[in-house]
Amino acid sequence: MSTTISRNDLAGFNQAGFDQMLDRRIDPVWITQARKDAWSAFESMGWPNPRDENWMRSDLRGFKLDRYQPIDETETQSVENAPVRLLQGVDVGGSLRSENGLVTLESLDPKYAAQGVIFGSLSRCAREHSELVKKHLHSQIDIHVDRFAALQAAMWTDGYFLYVPKNVVVDKPLHIHAAMGDGKVDLTHMLVVLEEGAETTILFESSSPSDDAGGFHCGGLELVLNARSNLRFVGLQDWGCGAWHFAHKRARVGQDANLQWTIAAMGSRFAQVDQQVALVGPGASSHVNGVMFTRDKQHLTYNTIQQHSAPHCTSDFLYKAVLQDRSRTVWRGMIKVDVGADKTDGYQRNDNLLLSDNARADSIPGLEIKADDVRCTHGSTSGRVDEELIFYAQSRGFTRVEAVRLIVTGFFQQIFDRVTIESVREALGVAIARQVRQYE
Amino acid sequence: MSHILRIENLHVAVDGKAILRGVNLEMKFGETHAMMGPNGSGKSTLGLAIAGHPNYVITEGTITLDGEDITAWEADQRARAGIFMAFQRPVAIPGVKTADFLRHAATNVRRPDRKEGEDLIPMRDFRKELKAKMSQLKIDTEFARRYVNDGFSGGEMKRAEILTMAMLSPKFSILDETDSGLDADAVKLASASIAEIGRDKMGLLIITHHDKLLEHNPPQFTHVMLGGRIVETGGAELARELHDHGYERIRKTYPDAEAANQEMLAKEEAVVV
Ligand SMILES: Nc1ncnc2c1ncn2[C@@H]1O[C@H](COP(=O)(O)OP(=O)(O)OP(=O)(O)O)[C@@H](O)[C@H]1O
Ligand SMILES: [Mg+2]
Repeated sequence: MSTTISRNDLAGFNQAGFDQMLDRRIDPVWITQARKDAWSAFESMGWPNPRDENWMRSDLRGFKLDRYQPIDETETQSVENAPVRLLQGVDVGGSLRSENGLVTLESLDPKYAAQGVIFGSLSRCAREHSELVKKHLHSQIDIHVDRFAALQAAMWTDGYFLYVPKNVVVDKPLHIHAAMGDGKVDLTHMLVVLEEGAETTILFESSSPSDDAGGFHCGGLELVLNARSNLRFVGLQDWGCGAWHFAHKRARVGQDANLQWTIAAMGSRFAQVDQQVALVGPGASSHVNGVMFTRDKQHLTYNTIQQHSAPHCTSDFLYKAVLQDRSRTVWRGMIKVDVGADKTDGYQRNDNLLLSDNARADSIPGLEIKADDVRCTHGSTSGRVDEELIFYAQSRGFTRVEAVRLIVTGFFQQIFDRVTIESVREALGVAIARQVRQYE
Repeated sequence: MSHILRIENLHVAVDGKAILRGVNLEMKFGETHAMMGPNGSGKSTLGLAIAGHPNYVITEGTITLDGEDITAWEADQRARAGIFMAFQRPVAIPGVKTADFLRHAATNVRRPDRKEGEDLIPMRDFRKELKAKMSQLKIDTEFARRYVNDGFSGGEMKRAEILTMAMLSPKFSILDETDSGLDADAVKLASASIAEIGRDKMGLLIITHHDKLLEHNPPQFTHVMLGGRIVETGGAELARELHDHGYERIRKTYPDAEAANQEMLAKEEAVVV
């Protein structure tokens, strides 16, 4: 048997790579243990079964984990030229930046720090605020749900932690930028905890140095909204169109708390995102807006769940996708209403606009209702862009591209109307406009 | 100013079906032409072919504007060159505010060489101008914030088309039944508005079945379309005659065109069934 050990074996996403990572890191003991548990879960699982409902429309064949290497935490990471789009004209109260999954910049307005707000690198905060992080980290994500969740829980490199104490209002938005170099990895995790009555806005964006950059992002996101807290969360996913993007995103919304969550997905060649909002206290409400705009052979999948576990809660999910070229989107929406979650008001909708005959949008809404007194509505539409609209705009002097852009912008307007942050509306408008292809 | 729009031997097909069969028409800037003819004779088709609708395929003949052959131009190039059509059935563009739409349209038409992404007319100037035009046309300013034709009543749509014409000040305007679907007062208002905005300031081709619009905009020429051809051209008195007595005489005088018209209608019914 050959004894040659390739560099990949040493530093890959394998046992050796995992052990090396543990050696490099300075984590609290509980984290190291959690990583080990997650690693053995990862080892014991297979890749997602194509017959699994959540994965049957996803094609993982082109994905090879051994093409990527974990980053070395002892080295300084630097990713140049990854654009930032959400900051235009925004006065931020703090910002974080990560490069290839390691936080390289942290700042927070001292006036918030003085009120007990914590905003910084997850690795650092896990050491400095161990109990606080321990209470919530990976509390909402089942690491056994799939191999990506397990891998992320075992090998997350760093991430972002925000803690807002009781009744503290962070009135300026907090900005987070994740940059990933071409062919690199981003295994970050975000944990946000809002105590009772706390309020804040997070602008989170991810990007690559070029439109076609590759890479592997395997991320986690957990939002904890305690009673009467208020969170506006905006996420703009703009990875290069060669990147693989896997993420589990969860939110728990407590009594009379309110979550307004906007997700815009523009980048990556393949995305598999599980997004769940659990309404766990009476009167909790969540509004989720999803914007997807795809091109080339992009394939984006969003599996969303609106989990109603308490009475008198509201959930309102609106996803809109525009597809070009041979791209594909899959949206699966599920409203689950538990026993006793009476007076639930659940709404979900997915509309798709196809700009090309070769694009395809799958839309699978669903309801699972175990309470009696509920109101749940859902619906979806998919259709080709109407040539009569294009002609109408052209007859008023718009070029064909301008006409398509106009119609696309109009299509998304319903979502923009629900986004209460003007700078975000504008940034999304610009991001959308630049996606529209030049048609001949 | 002197501009000429010339249509020569125009043949147009839709879905491979011949509709216009050799239309000739010459219009000068400042003239008013009435286009009349029974249902399905090809009036809208002529307008849409001039405006550059991609489904209305010109199989023969030419359209020239000031001597330049625009037959193969895209609709937006024609709009920027000064051709406008107020549609019989304008479409709605959900999510796009009328004011934003008109600002972009007016910028492109006024600066035909504008490149995508270049600045639009300054917001303040545009708002002021739009407000003035809206009050001239007695349109509620709230209109500007509504989405283009979205949920508009039939009458509102026609008024919006007139407003668009006012903002774009084209060289040639084709008004396709801009007076239909309006109540008596609205017809009067629309007719007066068109006269105010259009008369002597552009060439007008008015497609209509009614007389009110022509009362306010007396045509120098009246054309009668039948079976995809202009079978007769006269003055204002011809419009009056057709309005008072219908197309009986025309149908009898031009049996070939009448046969072609019936044939098109029959096909149309076949499609509906
Ligand atoms: N998009 C289309 N698809 C199929 N047939 C069409 C289309 N547009 C026009 N036609 C046909 O061409 C013929 C002429 O129609 P057109 O709309 O030009 O008539 P018109 O003179 O404007 O009639 P009206 O007075 O009813 O408005 C009709 O037989 C019509 O069915
Ligand atoms: Mg017509």
